[in-house]
Amino acid sequence: MKLDKKGETLIVRLDGELDHHYASQIRESIDAAVITGNIKKIIFDFTKVGFMDSSGIGTIMGRFKLMQTVGGSVCAFGVSERLDKLITMCGIKKIINIYESEHDATKGVG
Amino acid sequence: MYSNEMMIRFPSKSANEGFARVAVAAFVAQLDVTVEELSDIKTAVSEAVTNSIVHGYENVKGYITVECRIEDDTVHITVSDSGHGISDIEKARQPLYTSRPELERSGMGFTVMETFMDSVEVTSALGVGTTVKMKKKISAGK
Repeated sequence: MKLDKKGETLIVRLDGELDHHYASQIRESIDAAVITGNIKKIIFDFTKVGFMDSSGIGTIMGRFKLMQTVGGSVCAFGVSERLDKLITMCGIKKIINIYESEHDATKGVG
Repeated sequence: MYSNEMMIRFPSKSANEGFARVAVAAFVAQLDVTVEELSDIKTAVSEAVTNSIVHGYENVKGYITVECRIEDDTVHITVSDSGHGISDIEKARQPLYTSRPELERSGMGFTVMETFMDSVEVTSALGVGTTVKMKKKISAGK
């Protein structure tokens, strides 16, 4: 995973299979970056995520709750059709915006 | 009738979640399975194995067994542990219910299994363990 900080925005570039094993490895470093970097917006980059299960959903929901406490937001882009099936089913689109591209996610439009 | 079967057994380490779903997917690939069906099966296996690791063997080490059987065009998967067991299966299967919200469990594990597989059967006994049996018919078959 790579973390790109741009002002108050943190882009989380995921690069593995987002299961319980991977989630427990990345959670703490995302939260540390949010707290130390005064982050107000987390953007998840799913471009390189080939697999995700409900542990990934828990990870997104956890970051959403964290951002709520600081008055911030969470969004994502690069979600494949297969991941979209799970994300839709779990109701994640009701709490975060999913964008087509990094540009749209950064601008928060579209 | 075409049939084949396999069984794997591994300790309750989270690194084995990936191993279990990839092993099952590789075995199921002998059927004329679509990418979507394979992805559904991998996700369901991942959910069941993660449940065994997080809930079944919470704070203790144990073994998880995954059995996979192909009968004609149907895949039967059994994931079993000898862990704590589930006190209220009906409650555990409810969407968004989790006994461990502090671990960021989404509470969607069983719902995902039910959505991605044709049937999911759960048997459990406290102090004995939990067994999840799942079934999925492959559209194109063998």
